[in-house]
Amino acid sequence: MNKTQQSIGGGRFSVELFTCGSGEPLLFLHGAGGMFEPDPALEELGRDFRVIAPHLPGFGESTGAELIDNVIDAALFYHQLMDDLHLDSAFIVGHSMGGMLAAEVAALDVHRARKLVLVAPAGFWLEEHPIPDFFAADPKELPKLIFHDPNSPLAQAMMQMPEDREQMAQMYVERVKRMTMAGKFLWAIPDRGLKKRAYRISAPTLLVWGASDRLIPPVYAGEFKRHIRNCSEAIIPEAGHAVLHEQTRKFCDTVKQFLKG
Amino acid sequence: MKFTWFHLMPYRFLPDDFKQKYHSVWVDIPRTLYDPKIGHQLYNEYLDSLEFADQSGFDGIGCNEHHQNGYGMMPSPNIMAAALTRRTSRANLVVLGNSIALYNPPIRVAEEFAMLDVLSGGRLVAGFPVGTSMDTNFCYGETPALLREKYHEAHDLILKAWTAKDIFSFNGKFTQLRYVNLWPRPLQQPHPPIWIPGGGSIETWEFCANHDYQYSFLSFIGHMHGRRITDGYWETMSRLNKEPNPYSLGFVQTMAVANTDAEAERIFSPHMDYFYNRCLHIYSGFADAPGYRTLDTIKYGLLSQYGRPNMSGLSWKEFVDGGYIIAGSPRTVRDRLSEALKTLRCGHLMALLQFGSMPSEVTRMSTDLFAREVMPHLRGLWSEYQDRWSPHPLPAADRAQPAPLNGASAASRTSAPRQALSASEVAK
Repeated sequence: MNKTQQSIGGGRFSVELFTCGSGEPLLFLHGAGGMFEPDPALEELGRDFRVIAPHLPGFGESTGAELIDNVIDAALFYHQLMDDLHLDSAFIVGHSMGGMLAAEVAALDVHRARKLVLVAPAGFWLEEHPIPDFFAADPKELPKLIFHDPNSPLAQAMMQMPEDREQMAQMYVERVKRMTMAGKFLWAIPDRGLKKRAYRISAPTLLVWGASDRLIPPVYAGEFKRHIRNCSEAIIPEAGHAVLHEQTRKFCDTVKQFLKG
Repeated sequence: MKFTWFHLMPYRFLPDDFKQKYHSVWVDIPRTLYDPKIGHQLYNEYLDSLEFADQSGFDGIGCNEHHQNGYGMMPSPNIMAAALTRRTSRANLVVLGNSIALYNPPIRVAEEFAMLDVLSGGRLVAGFPVGTSMDTNFCYGETPALLREKYHEAHDLILKAWTAKDIFSFNGKFTQLRYVNLWPRPLQQPHPPIWIPGGGSIETWEFCANHDYQYSFLSFIGHMHGRRITDGYWETMSRLNKEPNPYSLGFVQTMAVANTDAEAERIFSPHMDYFYNRCLHIYSGFADAPGYRTLDTIKYGLLSQYGRPNMSGLSWKEFVDGGYIIAGSPRTVRDRLSEALKTLRCGHLMALLQFGSMPSEVTRMSTDLFAREVMPHLRGLWSEYQDRWSPHPLPAADRAQPAPLNGASAASRTSAPRQALSASEVAK
């Protein structure tokens, strides 16, 4: 993927922008963990689309986190980014926290999303299915929440910490920075009122869920379908919350089929 | 040198297997472990101890705020301070303090502290902690990223509410009020002394220095490990060209006094074990929500050569040698404490003389020995400096006295004290 630094909103934000491929624009909104580098799922989508994946302020090299306090601020940031990139509309794909924000983007201005793909999105809260407190989770327990198979090579690789003390410190600081920003949308309960606004979403919407997602369980698909009028779901087996990376092929096929259909 | 007798109010009856069986003493401690009948006894026992400290000549008696916590049973320290106003008269009421971002609107703190100041005849020290991550983020749900901004806005509002001459409007990001008009206002003018209890955030040092507030380092790591923080504080004061006045620094130290060193070990060792292995059994995932500490503070901690002490499973000797506790005969405690206070440059000691499962009679003995045989020898320390951070209460002659309760003096209740404030005096 190409990586550039882009000034957005008249210099208010400097955004680290990942891009690849060509074709119809596809805006990807990452989850609380930020972008993966390299990201095989986005590379694959890049074969058919012009993928544009910005790091949200507070993540990586993107600045301006202090201008974003809540989901509305974040959604308007993405609108501004689309304005500055001259994208009247795009396919919008969001994962987890990014799914929550993608839904907000689509609800605030219904013309912005040509189609919407929400991958294991946050945004609702069911008393009977509480989402585990991943902010307080023991790092050793995290793989169990995120992956279908916490012992898979993928899970091991993603959870690996660098040996070097300096690098580990850097990684720790970056992780805190990202989770600090994520807390603005997800702390203490990841429900910021999407239930009031989701009715406005008019774009055809696809929910993609890993069948064994233990962080945001697939039962939450029901809530989204209840609120979004034109909404279907695809449950991918042998995948957890990291469905994009655990079942990259199936995930990309599903998304492509939906976007091209 | 000033001494405040500080109480955490721990629950003394956590089960023996607490550490093995339960997740954390804080945030998700099972509520079934709390027996309100025992709680009733403990509150009253602890208030007795604080009143005893007042009688023993301590300069201050202190309490603090914790939530959902098995070693700190004071979600509202103001209620405890209020209970102390009527039966104490000498000691200052050191409330360390109210986590001001948690009160909605924050003028609630301005009001309650004003009430306490008036009620106590101007004996209040007003503490404004940010509050721990457990209290603020996990128990009270504050978004970590916004907590400090909310704290600073609350601080500005409270200060203005205390000092403004007229009604004002407040257009904050977190609080908007059309009519801010504090009734009652504090007795101490322009406001009670402000102490900022901190756990080691580097921004707090600059905040204290710039506002001329006292900084109180509250921890259980003791004077040896605590130097990492106090050194950082003094470096900040020096960098900002502030007077290195020891009274601008408060420090919590766990202490225990008996007749001999051996007796101290025999008596206090089990309570120390209870405190560190049950009371401080805190799930690490609750200690530091992402965004609670600033990145600068995190980097400062990561770069530190000292690191964080591991306090689990220490022996009595390790507690003593590591400075977690200063314990022993009066002479031992005197010598070690004197050295510690000089090293830390601390003018306000928060003496933790009750800890863990220590019952009241043991607390009383230790407190009494400390007051009679340790405190007087250290009084002269820092006499060359002026303490600008202690309250200025009303002179004794101007103070209201609680009327006696027995029948014989009930008649006098309607005469002397009440009539003293006559209509003509009020007019003056």
